[in-house]
Amino acid sequence: MAKKTPEINSSSTADMAFLLLCFFMMTTTMDQDKGLQRRLPPMPDPNQKVEDQKVNRRNIIVVKINSADRLLAGTEPMDVVFLKDKIKEFLSNPNNDPNLPEKEEIEIEGFGPCMVSKGVISLQNDRGTSYKAYIAVQNELVKAVNELRDEFAMANFGKVYIKCNEDEQVIVRKAVPQNISEAEPKDVSKK
Amino acid sequence: MSKFKQKEKRTVPQPPSGSLSDIVFMLLFFFMVTTTMRETESKVMVTLPEASEVAKLERKDLTSYINIGTPIKPLQGQYGTDSRIQLNDTFKTTAEIRDFIAAERDAMSEADRSFMTVAIKADENTRMGIVTDVKQELRKCSALKIMYTARKGE
Repeated sequence: MAKKTPEINSSSTADMAFLLLCFFMMTTTMDQDKGLQRRLPPMPDPNQKVEDQKVNRRNIIVVKINSADRLLAGTEPMDVVFLKDKIKEFLSNPNNDPNLPEKEEIEIEGFGPCMVSKGVISLQNDRGTSYKAYIAVQNELVKAVNELRDEFAMANFGKVYIKCNEDEQVIVRKAVPQNISEAEPKDVSKK
Repeated sequence: MSKFKQKEKRTVPQPPSGSLSDIVFMLLFFFMVTTTMRETESKVMVTLPEASEVAKLERKDLTSYINIGTPIKPLQGQYGTDSRIQLNDTFKTTAEIRDFIAAERDAMSEADRSFMTVAIKADENTRMGIVTDVKQELRKCSALKIMYTARKGE
C-alpha cells in the first residue's frame, strides 16, 4: 500500500491570495480612454488642380479662435456658452431664414425623404490658441449636433439617439450630419 | 440570580471562514482580468481638458497614442519646459510621426488597418500650433481617424 500523502495545509492560501489581490488592486488602472472623435480631411493631392469648392456663403459658418482664446462665430464675437445655441439655430434653420443654410431633400434608405441641412461649420484656430479652448469649442459643436440628433430621434423614433438601434442611428446620422471642417491651418491673428 | 449566569453562555458564534479564500480568489480574478499594465511610461505631464460630449474609445488595441505636453520635472533640465511630443517612450519631432504611424500600422492585421485610431493626449495648456502640426502630419500619412482624449466633465 502506498503511503498516505499528508494533506497540504491550506490555511494560508487566503493570505497568499490577499497578497496577490493587493498587488493587482494597486497596479490596476481602470481609466477608460474617452474623448471626441474626429475624422481629418484627407490631404489634397498636390498634382490635382485645386478646384474651387463652391459652397454657398449662407451654408457656411466660420468659427475662429484667436491666440487669446477669444471666439468669433460668423461675424460676431461670442462667448463659448452661447455657441451651442448659435450652431443649433444655424444647422436647424427652423424658420427657413434666407441667411441660414439651405436644406436639401435627400432620400434616406429605410426612412424616406428628409430635409437635410447643407450647413458646414468651419473651425479655424490660431497657433497660439490653447488646447483647452479648442476642445471646449469642439465640445460645444458636438453638443449642438448631438442635441439636434436627439430631437430628430425623439420626433421620429420616440427615443433619444443613444437608445436607438443601429439602423435608426444610421438614419439619424444621415439626417443630421456632423459637418465640421477643420480647415487648413491659418494664421488667424493677422487681419 | 440565575438570570445573570445564563448570559455568559450565549456567545456569538464565530462566522465560518472556510469560504473566505474563495471570496478573495474571486476578487483576485476580477482584478487580474480587468487590470491593464501601463505599457509606456509617461514622460510628459498631461492634464486632459474637460469635455461633456465624450465618447468611449472602442478598440483599445487599434489605438496609437500621441502624448503632447511639457516634460516631467526630472527631465526638464534636459529637455526644457516647452511642449514636446512623446511617441512610445521617447520624445520625437513631428517629422518622426510618419515612421511611428507606419510602424503601428504594420503591427496590425490587414483587416484592422482601416479602423486604426490615433488618440491625441494633449495637455490643456498646450498651444494649438504643435497640435496642428501633428494633425497635418497625420493627414499626410492618412491616419485620419483621430480622437482628442478628454476628461468627462459636468
